[in-house]
Amino acid sequence: MTERVRMTVSINGLSYTREVEPRMLLADFLRNELGLTGTHVGCEHGVCGACTILLDGRSARSCLTLAVQADGAEIETVEGLGTVEQLGRVQQAFRDHHGLQCGFCTPGFIMTITDMLRHHSLENDAEIREALSGNICRCTGYEHIVNAVRELAKERGPLR
Amino acid sequence: MKPASFNYVRAESVDHAVHALADAGDDGKILAGGQSLMPMMNFRLVKPSVLVDINRIPGLDRVEKRGERIALGALVRHRMTAEDPIIAEHVPVLHYAMKHVAHLTVRNRGTFCGSVCHADPAAEMPMMSLLLNGLVHIRSSQGERHVPASEFFVGSLMTVLEPDELVTGIEIDVLPRGTGWAFEEFARRHGDYALAAVAITMMRKEGLASDVRVVMMGVGDIPMRLSEVEAMLEGHEIDQPLIDGAVDMIREQIEPNSDLNASSDYRRHLAGALARRALSDAWARTEMAAS
Repeated sequence: MTERVRMTVSINGLSYTREVEPRMLLADFLRNELGLTGTHVGCEHGVCGACTILLDGRSARSCLTLAVQADGAEIETVEGLGTVEQLGRVQQAFRDHHGLQCGFCTPGFIMTITDMLRHHSLENDAEIREALSGNICRCTGYEHIVNAVRELAKERGPLR
Repeated sequence: MKPASFNYVRAESVDHAVHALADAGDDGKILAGGQSLMPMMNFRLVKPSVLVDINRIPGLDRVEKRGERIALGALVRHRMTAEDPIIAEHVPVLHYAMKHVAHLTVRNRGTFCGSVCHADPAAEMPMMSLLLNGLVHIRSSQGERHVPASEFFVGSLMTVLEPDELVTGIEIDVLPRGTGWAFEEFARRHGDYALAAVAITMMRKEGLASDVRVVMMGVGDIPMRLSEVEAMLEGHEIDQPLIDGAVDMIREQIEPNSDLNASSDYRRHLAGALARRALSDAWARTEMAAS
């Protein structure tokens, strides 16, 4: 039997302390321990991008991260960006541009795009598509997602 | 799709990490970026009894220029390699190659040294460490050793690392001013593992190629240096007939595998096509540097 590990993590500004098995994935911790089911689990081996969260401000696959690794870290998930009544800016852009259909991949895209908008220049469509290339969507054909990001990048302006 | 149980050690120092590895016998694993190890653990292809997490060890996340060499610590992530100004200035071929490495989110976590240790035959870092005369710094509870990249890779996903050893960093060459370089890769989708790639550095002395280095990956079990091709080019002006000859020689020398993504014949053709572009680009860059 492995020893459980005590950990404290900040998620969307709220602090949580739990004891977890070391093998628990961060994605499962968010969903099963905390009930934060906005983070979706697709492939569970780092290919699809649905489980993307921000770990200390940078996007990471929560299916390739152990919950214990997040001890002391700041996590942001899609729940932190907006609510159904009041969508966040990236979510609103997805709605305006029809950037989703079934919505399964959407939280991962939203979190990756949040990282992109904070840290990447996104000067043209090639850069936008390259930055989105780690997230897979089976519905949209990506065009509307690229449209949404193009608008967000324009609104943000050049990165200083 | 969940890892099997293991005990978790958060290493506070390199000493702590290597002692935890030694205590684990041959059943411990190092966790750095986890972008290759965690999928393998999720699939239970790898089931270590002890996982030694080195992510909190201070000082391993640095890129430092030491004379004509650059040292990258074990926690230098792909994003840091891609954005580092020292690497951009002194090793432009590596700076350029980083554009081909995985996806944004994976680059945030994955490390240079982790990729070298994983030794995937289609990954960029093992090949780049070979091109750049890499020296792998290795620690265990017994001591320290340094292994050149040319002796580090043994087979697909296999290296000379012993189970109780930790790679603490890697040293690579600074490219002398005026070095021509090129990197060419083809993957089915941008950021995916390559079907084949080539990287080249060369100098131009009195109008002739010198110090030529040609490496490839994706065309064998380990990244390979093509010494005979280098010898063919050394001391000559790189013109079209010479490039044709080099491409023919490359296609004769490699024995690529066939797999789901590409047949052996296709990879052989591709390797030649990539090398043709890279030779011409590297030579042109020496010219730009000379003028």
